[in-house]
Amino acid sequence: MSRRPRGRDERSLGASVALHATLLTATAIALFPVLWVFLASIKPQNAIQSSKVTLIDHPTLENYRHVLFDTSFPTWFLNSVVVAVFTMVIGMAMSATAGYALSRFNFPGKRGLMWVFLITQMFPVAILIVPIYSIMASLNLIDTKASLVIAYCTVAVPFCTWMLRGYFDTIPRDLDEAAALDGLGPFKTFWYVILPLARPGLAVTAFYTFLTAWGEVAYAIAFILSDKKLTLGAGLQQFVPQFNPQWDLLTAGAVLIMLPASLVFYFAQRHLVAGLTAGGTKG
Amino acid sequence: MSTPVVFDAATRVYPGSTTPAVDSLDLEVRAGEFLVLVGPSGCGKSTSLRMLAGLEDVTSGAIRIGERDVTHLRPKDRDIAMVFQSYALYPHLTVGENMGFALKIAGLSKAEITARVTDAAKVLDLEPYLDRKPKALSGGQRQRVAMGRAIVREPQVFLMDEPLSNLDAKLRVSTRTQIAALQRRLGITTVYVTHDQVEAMTMGDRVAVLKDGILQQVAAPLELYDKPANAFVAGFIGSPAMNLGTFRVEDGAAVIGEARVPLPRTATAALTESEVVLGFRPEALEMVAGYAPDAFAVEVLVAEELGSEAFLYGTLEGASLRDPQLVAKVAPRSVPPKGSRVHFRILPDRMHVFSPATGEALPTA
Ligand SMILES: Nc1ncnc2c1ncn2[C@@H]1O[C@H](COP(=O)(O)OP(=O)(O)OP(=O)(O)O)[C@@H](O)[C@H]1O
Ligand SMILES: [Mg+2]
Repeated sequence: MSRRPRGRDERSLGASVALHATLLTATAIALFPVLWVFLASIKPQNAIQSSKVTLIDHPTLENYRHVLFDTSFPTWFLNSVVVAVFTMVIGMAMSATAGYALSRFNFPGKRGLMWVFLITQMFPVAILIVPIYSIMASLNLIDTKASLVIAYCTVAVPFCTWMLRGYFDTIPRDLDEAAALDGLGPFKTFWYVILPLARPGLAVTAFYTFLTAWGEVAYAIAFILSDKKLTLGAGLQQFVPQFNPQWDLLTAGAVLIMLPASLVFYFAQRHLVAGLTAGGTKG
Repeated sequence: MSTPVVFDAATRVYPGSTTPAVDSLDLEVRAGEFLVLVGPSGCGKSTSLRMLAGLEDVTSGAIRIGERDVTHLRPKDRDIAMVFQSYALYPHLTVGENMGFALKIAGLSKAEITARVTDAAKVLDLEPYLDRKPKALSGGQRQRVAMGRAIVREPQVFLMDEPLSNLDAKLRVSTRTQIAALQRRLGITTVYVTHDQVEAMTMGDRVAVLKDGILQQVAAPLELYDKPANAFVAGFIGSPAMNLGTFRVEDGAAVIGEARVPLPRTATAALTESEVVLGFRPEALEMVAGYAPDAFAVEVLVAEELGSEAFLYGTLEGASLRDPQLVAKVAPRSVPPKGSRVHFRILPDRMHVFSPATGEALPTA
């Protein structure tokens, strides 16, 4: 009996089953905690902590109503959105311009600057909190959103600058030169030629800067004093007092926190396309 | 209305290098002229062009476009358009937007831009592709878009850096003639860089030959072919290349194997050494039957019969050339067989004599 030779995109049945089983298992393991939190968030309060393990138990939206209307959650949420969006916009503006300068221009201190950007990323937050706190204090920024935006930018900008510089380096310099001959100065070249071609890099930067601010707890607890000004990460801590964690509020809050981050990711990933510079130059 | 371009002792030394990439280049491109810069790889052609474009600093000397000294002007203020070897099309813009981009930046009206882009697209057969992105084009089409981007600008000077080197041989030949015809019609001063001497000879009004950053000769193609200023130009221009060799001089004649080839008296008078560099093109050789005092023997290694012409490749007996083989053009359809021994003499008025010390041509008349 002669068998048809297998095409390059085909697999044997066994291989296919094994592959899919592995992938499904891995996906399930990765998704399980998220799913568990979601399922818990739609259980009544007493069912969450019962020793009986159930997947679904009298599903209800009561926890969401509670967290949205009876707590400061909406205020914190708004604070977080403001802080994260400002961090994203300012962080991207700074790292894109710095990355472009590092990629395209030679200036004194360039190497030094790159080292500084690299080394600052190596300090753990725990060490930085105290010095940054005293800087914020001397600037009278304690208990303001600005303090958080600035602090998050110090985390995000060095990394994003390195990343964007790497991305800009992949855009052929011929294009800059063509733009120069077409009448563009460095700023217009950056705006009309480099940025549109760096969309994937910018998307990753946007997502990264947003996340840096969105889920952060340590700086937020240290710099923000009044309850009304807390961001989500810090605010949710209040649902977990030492002896009486309020799992109903915590799980519902956690699910709500995921939504904006997912939204930002959704918009970012649409720009993660390969080959944007294809066809412009050859060789 | 076209504009001349002048390189005035323009020099470029790259940072970190001691020898100039372009060394004191004195060159005048006449108004409306198609000037080709040609030379072997690394001789400084691109650097010269980029200095004119403003993409490379001029270390010393000056560059003028028309009356303006542009030496220190930014590229955008020089009113030049360039076709890059890589084409450098904007990948995120359509063909039409690519071509109209400079006009948009210059603030022309939409209607004006559309009119000019459509005109250029018509000339270059690009109309069906105006809405495509560059990545959906073939290499030849991209090349034409790059040309189109330059011509819609109606600049004072066109610069082209090996614009045909990414095309296949056949397309290269047809595009070559198209570019030359287009340039003649537009009458815009053009500097064209190539390493291909056939392109240089067929396209240029005049050709400038560079070597190691130094200008060797500027002349019309035929003059370059007939009166090379030195041995380098002689060997570089022409295909198959000129035969060049260094020979001993005895009593006013060069010794080639057993032959004594009389040298022009003007040349021997200018010669200070007891050797001479002789150059003779393949078609400057005449086959002789039997013995002649100025005929040398060649052993045929390969015979190339092309129908309308034929070339013999062989080794010179008792003497050696710069290239291992001598090339001779012979009458087609009666080519001596491989391995045979034939005699050639150099047509006296077709001989080039160069100084062995400097390589400069010595007067032959
Ligand atoms: N950015 C640079 N830095 C240092 N040296 C350079 C630089 N660019 C070119 N050179 C040197 O300058 C010389 C001339 O280079 P250029 O690019 O002008 O050559 P070319 O004639 O265009 O050669 P090709 O035909 O290979 O393109 C070469 O020796 C090259 O190594
Ligand atoms: Mg070059």
